[in-house]
Amino acid sequence: MQWETVIGLEIHTQLASKSKIFSGASIAYGAEPNSQACIVDLGFPGVLPVLNEAAVDMALMFGLAVDAEIGSRSVFARKNYFYPDLPKGYQISQFELPIVGRGSLTIDLEDGQQKQIGITRAHLEEDAGKSLHEDFHGMSGIDLNRAGTPLLEIVSEPDMRSIKEAVAYARKIHQLVVYLGICDGNMQEGSFRVDANLSMRPKGQQEFGTRTELKNINSFRFLERAMNYERERQIDLLESGKKVVQETRLYDADRDETRSMRSKEEANDYRYFPDPDLLPVEITEQRLAQARERMPELPDQKKARFVTDYQLSETDATLLTQSRQQADYYEQVVASDADPKMAANWVTVELAGALNKAGLELADSPVSAEQLGGLLKRIADNTISGKLAKQVFEGIWQGEGDADAVIEAKGLKQITDSGQIESIIDEIIAANPKQVEQFQAGKGKLLGFFVGQVMKQTQGKANPGQVNQILLKKLKG
Amino acid sequence: MSLDRSDVEKIAHLARLALDENQVEGYAAELSNILALVEQLEAADTDTIEPMAHPLHMAQRLREDQVTEPDCRAQNQAVAPLVENVLYLVPKVIE
Repeated sequence: MQWETVIGLEIHTQLASKSKIFSGASIAYGAEPNSQACIVDLGFPGVLPVLNEAAVDMALMFGLAVDAEIGSRSVFARKNYFYPDLPKGYQISQFELPIVGRGSLTIDLEDGQQKQIGITRAHLEEDAGKSLHEDFHGMSGIDLNRAGTPLLEIVSEPDMRSIKEAVAYARKIHQLVVYLGICDGNMQEGSFRVDANLSMRPKGQQEFGTRTELKNINSFRFLERAMNYERERQIDLLESGKKVVQETRLYDADRDETRSMRSKEEANDYRYFPDPDLLPVEITEQRLAQARERMPELPDQKKARFVTDYQLSETDATLLTQSRQQADYYEQVVASDADPKMAANWVTVELAGALNKAGLELADSPVSAEQLGGLLKRIADNTISGKLAKQVFEGIWQGEGDADAVIEAKGLKQITDSGQIESIIDEIIAANPKQVEQFQAGKGKLLGFFVGQVMKQTQGKANPGQVNQILLKKLKG
Repeated sequence: MSLDRSDVEKIAHLARLALDENQVEGYAAELSNILALVEQLEAADTDTIEPMAHPLHMAQRLREDQVTEPDCRAQNQAVAPLVENVLYLVPKVIE
């Protein structure tokens, strides 16, 4: 039987605020356990939550970016459950009237097509703490630093029909929230976590199959693997006449499998109700307008502008706008008068390659955008050949100074004096009479030999265009 | 609508409340009475009335995003039943 995969994702993005969503405690990563958990986060009697305006504004920016409905009122609710890393016995979340309503996001598929994925809603909530289960004589240790960290949970429609589409959607959301500056996107540190709801149905069937939920996946690679495993597991069950049980499953990366976590039979027993500690939030026109003003250029807009303004190919523009940082770097290179296409090449190939090899992020690049721009200018004005430019790049990378300083120090200046090139060529022609004869007898390939000789003589510094031109003239004459 | 024993036991479990066997019937009756009162309210026509999330007609005040809480771990942990390596200790919950 032909099976169709149906996937919807719930993505928890940690908002890049300074303080928690309902308290003034810090959310800085890596602090000593419980040093950033104040009495509000700990759920002491008598404390009251006060909403952080940065969390509201960041949620609004996301809503604007996915063209979502944003209501004038938003309400917080209590989601009741018991777990030791949730001191209050409920999580403050949103149920009815989430801050961001229905929206959509367009993803690019491998075959060059595009697909629109529906976004059901995005709501604000607080994160829970962390439980540590080892080495406490049969007890669990609780670190509540993370409790109260602001999260925006982005819920998609079950619109994805393959694992590739789901990964593309997750990556696009990741790119978007990082562009917006509302999430640092650091997946290792848990700033971006994905839950995948996956079910199978016979191709052509309208009705959805029973789904399972894969929880808390914090890498795109694991997301893909977990969904692959789960897809196979469900197909095996269905093809052998068994049923998929609706449940939450956990992906074990070491064993590359998913395991049942807890049955979701009590799923509807969170007993949500409006939190009496928090009044409804009013989203005023003014607040929305301010959020709109803070919106940066989004990836798709930037890509389109790069294609038009810099005449870049679709592929180059996509690569360069992958991250806002790289796009900014590129534009700084171009701003120093470099040729846009050449700059695209250098940023995506030479620089990206060197950074990758050294295990560095663009932010730590030893070559600044201005320095790279300076180098490209010297290629454009023929001071150096494209080939030697790599040596100059290497020199800048090693901290030997700007392009001009490196060219000077290494004596890499291109020879463009045609008199000088001519005399070198004369010598070479005189020294290789046999090859000259063969060339003139029709063995055109030998031109490469002569070019090679000239480059050897000049250590690659002769202008290749001129060398070719003069060689042809002399050899044919 | 009225609640039976099993409803009460389930609600008590969700709220982690320990009920004595002989309390269950009494609670079932009391809670059923509350539901009966709500049923009476349902007779009122509320079609034109906007649902209310809070009895106060005010909007939530927002807080500026600043870190204002100092580290009070020592005081907070002084009243905790069990602490080890600056972690709060709790009975293990196995998933």
